[in-house]
Amino acid sequence: MTDATLTSAPAGRATRRGIVRVALRGLLYLLLALFVAYYILPLFVMAVTSLKSLDEIRAGSLMSLPDSASLVSWATAWSSACAGIQCEGLQPFFWNSVKMVVPAVFLSTFLGAVNGYALSHWRFRGANLIFALMLFGCFIPFQVVLLPMARTLGLLGLAGSLGGLVLVHVVYGLGFTTLFFRNYYVTIPVELVKAAKIDGAGFFTIFFRIFLPLSPPIIVVTVIWQFTQIWNDFLFGVSFSQAGTQPVTVALNNIVNSTTGVKEYNVDMAAAIIAGLPTLIVYVLAGKYFIRGLTAGSVKG
Amino acid sequence: MSGWLTRNIPKIVVAPSLAAVLFFVYGFIVWTGYVSLTRSRIMPRYDFDGFGQYVKLFRTPRWDVAMENLFVFGLLFIAVSIALGLLLAVLLDQRIRAEGAIRTIYLYPMALSFIVTGTAWKWILNPGLGIESVVRSWGWESFSFDWLVDPEMAIYTVVIAGVWQASGFVMALFLAGLRSVDQEVIKAAMVDGINLPRIYVSIVIPSLSPVFLSAVIVLAHLAIKSFDLVIALTGGGPGYATDLPATYMYAMAFSRGDLGQAAASATVMMMTVAAIIVPYLYSELRPRHD
Amino acid sequence: MAAQNDAVLKIEGLTKSFQNVHVLMNIDLAIEEGAFLVLVGPSGCGKSTLLNCVAGLEAPTSGRILIGGRDMTDAAPKDRDIAMVFQSYALYPNMSVARNITFGMKVRGATRAEQRSALEKVAHMLKIDHLLNRRPAHLSGGQRQRVAMGRALVRQPKLFLFDEPLSNLDAKLRVEMRAEIKRLHRALGATIVYVTHDQTEAMSLATEVAVMEGGVIAQLGPPQQVYDYPVNTFVAGFIGSPAMNFINGRISKDGGAIRIQVSFDGATRELPADHYPFGGGIEDGAEVILGIRPEYVSGSDPSADRPNVALDLVPTLVETNGFDQHVNLAFGDSEISGRFSPREQIKLGTPVRTRIDLSQISVFDRETRQRL
Repeated sequence: MTDATLTSAPAGRATRRGIVRVALRGLLYLLLALFVAYYILPLFVMAVTSLKSLDEIRAGSLMSLPDSASLVSWATAWSSACAGIQCEGLQPFFWNSVKMVVPAVFLSTFLGAVNGYALSHWRFRGANLIFALMLFGCFIPFQVVLLPMARTLGLLGLAGSLGGLVLVHVVYGLGFTTLFFRNYYVTIPVELVKAAKIDGAGFFTIFFRIFLPLSPPIIVVTVIWQFTQIWNDFLFGVSFSQAGTQPVTVALNNIVNSTTGVKEYNVDMAAAIIAGLPTLIVYVLAGKYFIRGLTAGSVKG
Repeated sequence: MSGWLTRNIPKIVVAPSLAAVLFFVYGFIVWTGYVSLTRSRIMPRYDFDGFGQYVKLFRTPRWDVAMENLFVFGLLFIAVSIALGLLLAVLLDQRIRAEGAIRTIYLYPMALSFIVTGTAWKWILNPGLGIESVVRSWGWESFSFDWLVDPEMAIYTVVIAGVWQASGFVMALFLAGLRSVDQEVIKAAMVDGINLPRIYVSIVIPSLSPVFLSAVIVLAHLAIKSFDLVIALTGGGPGYATDLPATYMYAMAFSRGDLGQAAASATVMMMTVAAIIVPYLYSELRPRHD
Repeated sequence: MAAQNDAVLKIEGLTKSFQNVHVLMNIDLAIEEGAFLVLVGPSGCGKSTLLNCVAGLEAPTSGRILIGGRDMTDAAPKDRDIAMVFQSYALYPNMSVARNITFGMKVRGATRAEQRSALEKVAHMLKIDHLLNRRPAHLSGGQRQRVAMGRALVRQPKLFLFDEPLSNLDAKLRVEMRAEIKRLHRALGATIVYVTHDQTEAMSLATEVAVMEGGVIAQLGPPQQVYDYPVNTFVAGFIGSPAMNFINGRISKDGGAIRIQVSFDGATRELPADHYPFGGGIEDGAEVILGIRPEYVSGSDPSADRPNVALDLVPTLVETNGFDQHVNLAFGDSEISGRFSPREQIKLGTPVRTRIDLSQISVFDRETRQRL
């Protein structure tokens, strides 16, 4: 190999390589686009169908754009669709979910922060065991707690109430929130706590004055994670609610599977979008935090 | 007194959560485990009766179907999700334009309840309304895609939807793994004249083995817990062709009123998850003790 | 109690164990007001654990810690009248420099005016007036170091604790801050316990050095004394850079004259050791280690009245640093190092006349490795 052969390398070879490169890039983008279509398809179908009239749905294909978009089905889904015998639309159940999610997210996040702080920087005997016990709680199949939980809620007078669902979500969210905060706080140097102790600060002063002000990133991750989990929950909702206290996912399932009357696909789709909208919006606005929670929850931090 | 308080504040603060976990997780597991050893029907009974419920459970054809489904579904779900997730991650790792937007689209199914997206899937897979009718309307009259209503094939529609939901998540795991591979190693390989596909196959992907492990664990655990997926897509049908242990347990507990069977099936699920998760958690937490 | 008042810090029989690992064993120590005690040793010797015990950040397994004459063994850190500077500075990232410095006062309920005047004084002393409104993230390493010291100074404690405070700084800044700390110590008359693994830092700062090894204090004394009279081969090798030369030898007593036989290259040389104060006498034929500091191995003639020996040794490595040459010389199958004048022409492989000044040798028992 000499300089001469290198410099006199045929220009043709370089351009041929260039063509191959461009072709490969094209193929790459084509593949990516196909997958985009695959993932977006259900959402697309839901959106276009919700805007069509029933006649158009029966006549046309599921992917065609609506001839004349109308929000009528959305209105129906929101305020008058029938879930079982109740025909008030999704609205009351949507607010049920809100009333359940807000306190449950707040409580589980706060407890997770305190637990994570205590378990990471005040390592008392057994702290690791306690953490392992809590962590395992995240992974159990919830079927194993359904029966005793139903009885316990009954004994507490919380059966079929939103308060009961809040309790359930707080208890079974604790493992994850503790995990998030613990793994975040572990990265805060021990010396910071030592310095604060020498400065005369105690457990709570250090927590509120030093740790919480450092926590917004992990608070955002935890809140988004808990919000998504609790809003999307179906199993606990369907098991521990009764007519009137059902969260939106359960009501949606009832609307979609309701067998009375004419099947209104456009209303079903509109209802599904409404039920999914809050988490979808959060995901679009703060997706990177959601992903962080997802990966933090599955791989240790 | 105040000295004692100061010293024990961390424990006092953790105590309520620990108590809640001990009661609501471990206490409940024990309760369910015990009830599975009784003759409970609609109401729990607490006289010990041995393993009768389990004998009955394993003789129930519907449970057999559920376990078989879990096996088929779990295996395909894990394998396809990982293959697809890895492929997507590698594709996205090629300095793609609009990577952020594409990633967002691949991952959004994980942010939505399957009760929501299942509504669309049910429709897409419905022979009369979905893909089948679309393809036929394009002129391919003999095209048939009726897995959703075919008892033999219905479980595969659950796989399709499950993979759709989880593969973006696996992609995110692998992408994070790919991004954390030491760039200098890759540069060194390039200087050595190794081509890009070879670098991926021989250097990058092998270094992702911890990610493979996490992905398998998480997916296995998702598979065993899958409930929404089946409820929203097939409701367990046709008949009980797409039942999974999770839906079986739910049916026993809340529509059949057979607490003994519900408890026994839940316990089997619990054992299966524990067999996967406990060694994993043990190995993950272990190094931190030293 | 009154008798202990002159010691600002007194440690009695302090032991710290984790399960079966003894990190500190029966440490006794006392320092007076105004002392600058440096705990120095390799990593894992227990020096940081000892400091943490003094600070109250770790609880000793047994023993007592007295600060200002009061038993503080079980007291909380905040009640010990101490301040501490950490290696990572441990500044509160969410607070401004000013709040970092006054946080401790605020927690203790000082008024705003008190905080402000104390802050002004300290900021002026450390020349960080212009940084008070910044966050730690926007400071350089040296500035963070100053703020960390400010946080300690503002407390006016009985005892300052420094945990490797200069280890995260680059070489130039480290020398600067070292001088700054020394100046502050003199100006304030503060009592300081300072942990480092850097023997140069220990030598230049301390009024008292405690060399630690394996959980015990091997030697405690003023720096020059520790340098000149190391009690064992560990201290001898740890203090001083380049390290002390160790040469195996054997005592030969010939009438009144004591000599150390050293053999290399098949020959045996006898080095005069009459001047060495063998406490308690020495037996003929005793196996010893002879310790010679590199600065006593050189080409220049020592003054005639000092015992010395001249050898022709072959240089194997030469490092020049401008003010002298550090030369490794083959000595049997090992090497010794020496310091030569930079004017001297030294060629690798060509024997050079080397004078070994024996006036400041150390002799250790080869078995126990203790100083004789």
